Amino acid sequence: MRMTEPVLSIQGICKRFGALQVSDSVTLDVQPGEIHALIGPNGAGKSTLIQQIAGGLQPDAGRVFLCGRDVTRLNTAARSRLGLARTFQVSALAMEDTVLQNAVLGALGATGHPFQMFGSAMGRSALRSKAEEALRRVGLSDHAHTQTAELSHGQRRQLEIAVALTLDPKVFIMDEPMAGLGTQGSQTMTAFLNTLRSEAPILMVEHDMEAVFALADRISVLVYGQLLATGTVAQIRNNPSVQQAYLGTDT
Amino acid sequence: MSSILLAEQLLNGLQFGIMLFLMAAGLTLVFGVMGLINLAHGSLYMVGAFAAAAVAGATGSFTLALIAALGASALAGALVEIVVIRRLYRTEHLDQVLATFALILIFSEGTRWVFGSFPLYLNIPDTLSGSVTLPGGIRYSLYRLTLIGIGLLIAFGLYALIAHTRLGMQVRAGQSDREMIAALGVDISRLYTLVFALGAALAGLAGALVGAIQSVQVGMGEPVLILAFVVIVIGGIGSIKGAFVGALLVGLTDTLGSLLLPLGLAWFMEPSAAASSGAVLASMSIYILMAAVLMIRPSGLFGVRQ
Amino acid sequence: MSRESIVNVVLMLGMLAVPLWAYSADEPFIITLTTRAAILAIAGVGLNMALGQGGLVSLGHAMFFGLGGYSMGILASHAQTYTPLMTWPVVIEGTSSMPVIWLLALLMSGIAALITGALSLRTSGVYFIMITLAFGQMFYYFAVSWPAYGGDDGLSIYVRNQFPGLNTLDPIQFFAIVYGVLLLALTLAGIIARSPFGLALNAARQSPARVEAVGISPYRLRLAVYVLSGMVTGLAGALFADLNRFVSPSMFSWQTSGEIMVFVILGGVARLCGPVAGAAVFIALEHFLGGLSEYWHVYLGALLLVIVLFARGGLVGLVAGQRHAHD
Repeated sequence: MRMTEPVLSIQGICKRFGALQVSDSVTLDVQPGEIHALIGPNGAGKSTLIQQIAGGLQPDAGRVFLCGRDVTRLNTAARSRLGLARTFQVSALAMEDTVLQNAVLGALGATGHPFQMFGSAMGRSALRSKAEEALRRVGLSDHAHTQTAELSHGQRRQLEIAVALTLDPKVFIMDEPMAGLGTQGSQTMTAFLNTLRSEAPILMVEHDMEAVFALADRISVLVYGQLLATGTVAQIRNNPSVQQAYLGTDT
Repeated sequence: MSSILLAEQLLNGLQFGIMLFLMAAGLTLVFGVMGLINLAHGSLYMVGAFAAAAVAGATGSFTLALIAALGASALAGALVEIVVIRRLYRTEHLDQVLATFALILIFSEGTRWVFGSFPLYLNIPDTLSGSVTLPGGIRYSLYRLTLIGIGLLIAFGLYALIAHTRLGMQVRAGQSDREMIAALGVDISRLYTLVFALGAALAGLAGALVGAIQSVQVGMGEPVLILAFVVIVIGGIGSIKGAFVGALLVGLTDTLGSLLLPLGLAWFMEPSAAASSGAVLASMSIYILMAAVLMIRPSGLFGVRQ
Repeated sequence: MSRESIVNVVLMLGMLAVPLWAYSADEPFIITLTTRAAILAIAGVGLNMALGQGGLVSLGHAMFFGLGGYSMGILASHAQTYTPLMTWPVVIEGTSSMPVIWLLALLMSGIAALITGALSLRTSGVYFIMITLAFGQMFYYFAVSWPAYGGDDGLSIYVRNQFPGLNTLDPIQFFAIVYGVLLLALTLAGIIARSPFGLALNAARQSPARVEAVGISPYRLRLAVYVLSGMVTGLAGALFADLNRFVSPSMFSWQTSGEIMVFVILGGVARLCGPVAGAAVFIALEHFLGGLSEYWHVYLGALLLVIVLFARGGLVGLVAGQRHAHD
C-alpha cells in the first residue's frame, strides 16, 4: 500500500504508567505532503504519544523513525536538529523576551551552532531575516517587538508555529494548534496550515473537528492508548466503532 | 583489637547517621509538604542545643534540658514560620534561599549577642555516663547507645505518624497535591505551621543530644545542615525512608572513611603520607558518595524520577 | 541610553571617584575598602552570569573563589621560599607574577566548574542548590585537612604579587588593576548576555522545553555558563587573596557563597551592574554598621529579609525601574 517512504513513522509504541497503559502498540506514519490528524477523547494518551515522538518521554517498547532513521534513543534536541518541529499545547515560549527574540531563537537552533558568544544575537542579519520572514508568514510582523507575555492566546499559537517554521523542518508535530483561537482565528489558522503541507507534512492533535475534517488527509483515532482506526475523513466518519467510541459522545 | 575498633566505629557511624536523620527528616518533610528549602534549619538545631545547655546549667536536669530544647526549637520554628516562612511558599527558590540565609544571620548573631562567643558545655547525665559491654566484648559509650535508641524510636514514631494518623494523611496528601488538601477542608496554614514546628523540634532535639558530646556554640548548625542536604540528595527529596537510608549511609561512610582510608592507603604509601592523604580523602568521602549517587540516580535513591 | 545604563555609568564612575578622592585626601584605608568592594563585585558578576542569565541558583561559588585564592597562595608561597611546586614530570616553579597566577586561577576554577557542574546540572531546582552547597563544603574540608598549604591556619604571603609596569604595593595602583579586571568582567558578561548564546541561555531559563524543541541542549548551555561564571569568580578569588596577602579555608566556606549571592541579590539579579551596587552597599554596611555594633549581621539579616519580602528587583531595580523586554 505504501507509495513512498514515510517522513515519520512510529512502530509498536508501548508506554505504561503504573497500572495505566497509556500507549498500547501504537503504529502510525506520516507521508510526505499529508496532514495526519490524531484524535481521541480526553485521556486517550494523545499528549503522551506526542511526547514519545518528540523525545520528551522514552517508550517502554517500540521505535520512532524520522526519514527512515531510528531516533528512538535520541533526545528532544537531537530529534529537533534532525528536522522534527514541535508546537506545544500550552505555549512554551520565552515569555520575558520579545516575539522576534523567540523567532530568532528558532533560527539560531536551526544553524546548529548555538554556542556563539560574541556579537549581538539580534544583529545577525541571517538569523533576523529568517525570523522576520517566519513572523510575516503567520501574521505577527506588527508584534515583532512586543513582549511575548503580552500576546493573546491565539497570537502565542501563531508564534509557536512561526518558531517551528524557522527550523526548516522535515515534519511538524502540532499539539492542538487551534486551542483557544475562536471561530475567526480557527478559520485563518486552518487556511494557513493548508498551505503549509507542501512545505512539510503535519501530524496534529486536535479537538476542533471542523478543522480536522477540513484539513486532514488521514485521521487516526486513539482510545485508551490503542489505535482504533486510521483512514481518510470519509472512512473515519463512517466507521461504526469510531462513532460509538468517540464521535457519538463528542458534539 | 582491629575488629573491636571497627565495631566501635560502626556504632559511631550509626549514631552519627541517626542524628543526621533527625535533621534531614524535618528538612525533607518541609520540602515535601511546602516545597520550601530552609537553610535556617541548622539554626533551629543550634537553638535546641543552647536552650538545653542553658536549662541544664540552671537546673542541673538533663530531662528538663531536653524538654526545653524541644519546646524552644518548636516555638522558634512556629514563630519563624508565621512571621517569615509562610510568605515564601509561593516564591522562587532563590528568594527562599536568601530569606532563610538572612534568618541564619539573625539567629547566629542574636545567639552570640545573648550567650557570647564562648562555647557552652552540656554534660552527659550521670545515669547515662560510662560505658557498657556489648556482646563480643565491645565496650561502648552508654550515652551514644542511648542516642541510637532514641533516634530509632523517633524514626519509627515518624513512620507511624505519617502512615497511620490523620496528620500523616494530610501530610501525604500535601506532598502529592497541594490544591487537594485545601479542597479537603484542611486548614493549610495551621498544617504548615505544625509540620514546620515538628521539623524544628526534631532538629532542636538533635542539637541538644549532640550538644552533650560536642560543644554548644554559634555556627554548630550549618555543617550539620549541609550534611543533611547531602543525605537528602542521596535519599531523594520528600522521602522519609530516603532520609533514613541516606543518613545511615552518610554517617557510616564518614566514620568508616576516616578509619579505613588511611589504613588502606598505608598498603602502598609511606605511613605519614598515607595518614595525611587518607584524612584528605576521608574529608571528601561523603561528597564522592553523593557524586556517585548523582551519576546513577539524579533524583536520589528513593526520589521520584523527574 | 536606558535608565539602567545611566545607573550603570554612575555606579562605575562612583566606584572610580571614591578612591581618587581618598588618594587626594591621603586616606589609603578608603582605597583598600573600595578595592575590596570591587573584588567582591567581580565575584558577584561571575555568579550573576549563572544566576541571572542561566537561572542557576548556585550556593557553591565559594569553591571557585577559594580555588582562585589558593592558586595565588600556592604559587606565591613557592616563589617566596624558592622551592619548586613540582619537579616531576616537569619542573614547575612558583611565581609572583599576577598574570600567571590569574591564568592558574582561571584554569583551576574552570576545571572545578566543569566537573561539579557536569554532575550538579543533571538535577535542577532545590537539588541543584543543595548539591552546589555540598560541593563547596567538600572543598572547604579539603583545604582544612590538607596540611601542605597551612591547613586550617591558612597561608600568609608577605609581599603582594607583581604586575608588569605597576607598583602593586601602592593601594591606588592595585585598585587600578582590580578596577580594570572588573571592567573586563562586566564587558564579558555584557557581551555574552547579548550574544546568540546568551539569547539561548536566557530562553533556557524561561522555558527549557522551548530550547530543546529548537534543537539546543539546555544542559550544555548551562554547563558552559557555569564554567564561565566559576572562572570569573575564581579570578576574583585570586585578587582577594592578593589584597589580603593571605588565604585560608574560610574563602571556601558556605558563608562566602552566601555573601556572594547576597551581593547579586542586593544589587538586583540579572542586572549587569547589580553585583557592583550590591558589593558596594555590603562593604559600606559592614564598615558603618560594623562600627556601630559588633553584631551588625543581625541588621544585615533584617535588611535582607525586607528586600526579599518587599523590594524584589534589588537596588538597581529600585533606581532604574522595572525591566522591559527589548531586542
